[in-house]
Amino acid sequence: MLLIYCPYCEEERSELEFRNGGDAHIARPTNIAEISDEEFEAYFFLRDNPKGVIFERWRHIHGCGRFFNAARDTVSDRFLTTYKAGEPKPNLDAAPETSATVETYEALEGAAQ
Amino acid sequence: MSGVNRISGAGRLTPARTARFSFDGRTLTALEGDTVASALIANDIHLVGRSFKYHRPRGILSAGAEEPNALLDVSRDAARRQPNVRATVQEVFDGMKVASQNRWPSLAFDVGGFNDLLSPFFAAGFYYKTFMWPKAAWHALYEPFIRRAAGLGVAPTEPDPDHYASRYAHCDVLVVGAGVAGLAAALAAAKAGAKVILCDEQPDVGGALRYDSGTTIDGKPGYDWAQATGQALAAMDNVTLLTRTTAFGYYNHNFVGLVERVTDHLAAPDKALPRERLWQVRAKKVVLANGAIERHMVFANNDRPGILLASAGRTFLNHFGVAVGKKVGVYTAHDSAYEAAFDLRKAGVAVPVIVDCRERPGEAVLEKARELGIEVLKGHSVVNTTGKLRIASITVARNGGSGARKIAVDALLVSAGWTPSVHLFSQSRGKVKFDAETERFLPGTYAQDCLSIGACNGTDDLQATIDEALAAGELAARAAGAEGGAQVALTGQNAFDWTGGMIGAAEGAGPDTTVKAFIDFQHDVCAKDIRLAVREGMHSVEHIKRFTTNGMASDQGKLSNMHGLAIAAEALGKGIPEVGLTTFRQPYTPITFGAIVNHSRGSLFDPARKTPMHSWEEAQGAEFEDVGNWKRAWFYPKAGESMHDAVARECKTVRDVAGVFDASTLGKIEVVGPDAAQFLNLMYTNAWDNLKPGRCRYGIMLRDDGFVYDDGVVGRLAEDRFHVTTTTGGAPRVLQHMEDYLQTEFPHLKVWLTSTTEQWAVIAVQGPKAREIIAPLVEGIDLSNEALPHMSVAEGKICGVPTRLFRMSFTGELGFEVNVPADYGQAVWEAIWARAEPMGACAYGTETMHVLRAEKGYIIVGQDTDGTLTPHDAGVSWAVSKKKPDFVGIRGLKRPDLVKDGRKQLVGLLTKDPKVVLEEGAQIVADPNEPKPMTMLGHVTSSYWSSNCGRSIAMAVVAGGQARLGQTLYVPMADRTVAVEVSDMVFFDKEGGRLHG
Repeated sequence: MLLIYCPYCEEERSELEFRNGGDAHIARPTNIAEISDEEFEAYFFLRDNPKGVIFERWRHIHGCGRFFNAARDTVSDRFLTTYKAGEPKPNLDAAPETSATVETYEALEGAAQ
Repeated sequence: MSGVNRISGAGRLTPARTARFSFDGRTLTALEGDTVASALIANDIHLVGRSFKYHRPRGILSAGAEEPNALLDVSRDAARRQPNVRATVQEVFDGMKVASQNRWPSLAFDVGGFNDLLSPFFAAGFYYKTFMWPKAAWHALYEPFIRRAAGLGVAPTEPDPDHYASRYAHCDVLVVGAGVAGLAAALAAAKAGAKVILCDEQPDVGGALRYDSGTTIDGKPGYDWAQATGQALAAMDNVTLLTRTTAFGYYNHNFVGLVERVTDHLAAPDKALPRERLWQVRAKKVVLANGAIERHMVFANNDRPGILLASAGRTFLNHFGVAVGKKVGVYTAHDSAYEAAFDLRKAGVAVPVIVDCRERPGEAVLEKARELGIEVLKGHSVVNTTGKLRIASITVARNGGSGARKIAVDALLVSAGWTPSVHLFSQSRGKVKFDAETERFLPGTYAQDCLSIGACNGTDDLQATIDEALAAGELAARAAGAEGGAQVALTGQNAFDWTGGMIGAAEGAGPDTTVKAFIDFQHDVCAKDIRLAVREGMHSVEHIKRFTTNGMASDQGKLSNMHGLAIAAEALGKGIPEVGLTTFRQPYTPITFGAIVNHSRGSLFDPARKTPMHSWEEAQGAEFEDVGNWKRAWFYPKAGESMHDAVARECKTVRDVAGVFDASTLGKIEVVGPDAAQFLNLMYTNAWDNLKPGRCRYGIMLRDDGFVYDDGVVGRLAEDRFHVTTTTGGAPRVLQHMEDYLQTEFPHLKVWLTSTTEQWAVIAVQGPKAREIIAPLVEGIDLSNEALPHMSVAEGKICGVPTRLFRMSFTGELGFEVNVPADYGQAVWEAIWARAEPMGACAYGTETMHVLRAEKGYIIVGQDTDGTLTPHDAGVSWAVSKKKPDFVGIRGLKRPDLVKDGRKQLVGLLTKDPKVVLEEGAQIVADPNEPKPMTMLGHVTSSYWSSNCGRSIAMAVVAGGQARLGQTLYVPMADRTVAVEVSDMVFFDKEGGRLHG
């Protein structure tokens, strides 16, 4: 069970209090009625499924109720940072390198060195 | 006497404190503190079970959690019976009943033992290859037979009468394992002031000190030091010491699951105590002091009862005072087993021989063996054993095969060395690395905030372990923020430093394909099976594991993994690290469903939501249906009425007189703020800014893909305040959907959303007499058609209680929905009922509500729509604004697939035979004679008998439905084909005049 820092409550709380909300930083076009089919497809349907850092939304649904964003390593499930909705994507180069020291299930499965 | 093998003066149990238990009906005496295993061996019983596949006689192998063989059925009473209990873990209590498993008719004579003779036909992968044809026979014949023949215990049939507790705990440092390392680490962390939880699966602390008689710490015998340290720790305010507690799972972010066995060892447990307690611990730092597990030797017929791990022999002797036999041989590749021989010899037990497959055992142990006069055969191996239900002799030969000689024994202690328990480390996603020199996997790269210490970290020397543990304990405490001062120093001394160890098959278990040299006792996997798997082309360790099932039993290969890996590596001609280890999974040892399910069973499994009027409805004899978690009154049968009768009567009564309906479960959201109308403009397809306060409007909510998400009536109470209703099941997701857009897409809007579902009780009064029923109860609201027309709302009082009174209808009748604060719900309901009943009105349930709305063609989102219908498909395109520049779904509605012809659309269906009621979900075709597979045009979404129409009515989604009005289509059923005519969806009062009555 993950431990998630809510940037509004300023506290780490158990995953039980949160709900994942999919990818972050996907803005609904302000002229949505006019966009092309391709633009709509890109906005609504297409998502990456990265191995590594993902920027995603969480809602502290059983807490303050707020949506916020998080950068999480999908390999280790480690949260690199969480930040309030509307804030810009953080520059993770400044954050300490973690993924290099974190191992994967794939690496463990049958290939321990 | 508590057993013939009990050695007077040995062990730590009190001879006077006995407990009686039965094994397969035979009454035996044990001592308090015995495990079932130690008590059975004390009574000279080694044979305790039959193996999984070959039904070979099996005995107790270990003295701990790794036990693969001694799985027994343990019961306290008829309801408290548990199969597959490890005899080496379960403590004896007075009156306990123990039974062996997987044998028929008896343990000593088991018909299934026939499998052993047939074993050439039961090679690894046999099941995959043999029971292939005919296909149908698998379910009918093969699987049931195999399941009966190959198996473990039998599941209990009665409900579990015990209760289980659950606790969340937070600590600075969690120390797993209370052996030397764990105790020292916990002590250092606790003295530094950290909040510490220390847990151990055994009933007492000490770990290996329970058997290791030669260890002293700070001048005290190791076990005594451990007990004193445990007591000192338990007395500290900042320490929680949990014994009989297994850390079974290491999960994300230092979340560790522990199961504490609270009453399983007690003869008469306090009823108030839970049987087990689940601890969900979040630790800032975790210290893993899991120790190591001794491996057995892999040689021919190494599974006979009476063959045990050397450390088990020592535990039984030194802790329980039980000798495993009278003439005990030792077969080893590691010095540690010598100490078992020494301990036994000192206790007066004959040790005819130590067979050591190494040419150069440790000098110190050799010297001691000479001193005690124990014969040591260096460079020899045990190549076979005899004995039907218990080992009777071993055949020993010089490595290479010469000079074979038979030695009579009644027990054999074996050791191939020690496997560090990296299970929890691996569960934490840490990556193990192979240490070639000592041939073992050790913690390598850490993924979480934990430290491994002692034997599980490959630290062998006692003083090194102590120093490492003290340092780790203090480091963890400091890192977690502890600032206490006291430092701890300890000195420890071993009797002997140990050398040696081997993995894989020993002499005589070689390439021969008939020798049964067991690696995995629980799944009957032999060395030859691994080789066969490699020959058959399995090259990945994961494939070998699945082909042979090595390590897949409930012990998860605690003894077998390293042996299997070594044999596979040898057969593949690869190094062990290249072959690799399979992943360790939670749980470390099997845990009960009770601990996991915990309180979440019965009425607490999925708590029911009940409306304020629930008890009245119950008293009226309502039948209830589940809608989400809600219990909703379904219909109110009178004496002798069937559901059909009751619903027909209710439907008729509502339209003829009136009905009262509990609509409290409707989702309700209060939308407030200066930008509330603008926000609703974006969330619903309709326009809201032109809705006057006091009026209501039916709204359709889409997702951005253009599909119908929810619907409901919204009332405007003031310029800046809306009372939004949602479908019963949809309330949470609608609020989530609204919050999502409000917070992340439209944060500039000044709007507040509040769930008010449970704040309002809603009483729908519907029918021609609805106004007459409520009029005398209402104050401050003009109920006339002019002042309160259809689709309007007013605030006032009813029965002296504040109300939001809606004039609206989901029946097509003159209707009101009376919202009152939930606490007044039942009182107001009863006041309304007191007027309604004498007028001939009825209370009606959800079934009648469904029929009445279908008669009017009102859709239910989620029943008539399924997440792929647009408003146009659902026949409500009138609710989609053509003028608004934006709303959620505006672009999705223009997608090419959503505007093309031939989409499935909602229509009415009338059966040609009015008496026939279609089945909901039934498929619809144009040509009933078309060969299969037929072209399916759609399906029936709602279907009822309508007493008001005097016929059946139905709604359906049909491809191009709105263009098919008047066409005849067909609904093929198993026994007949029903002809239907496509119609519009309004079956009753097509003009809608009744609404305005």
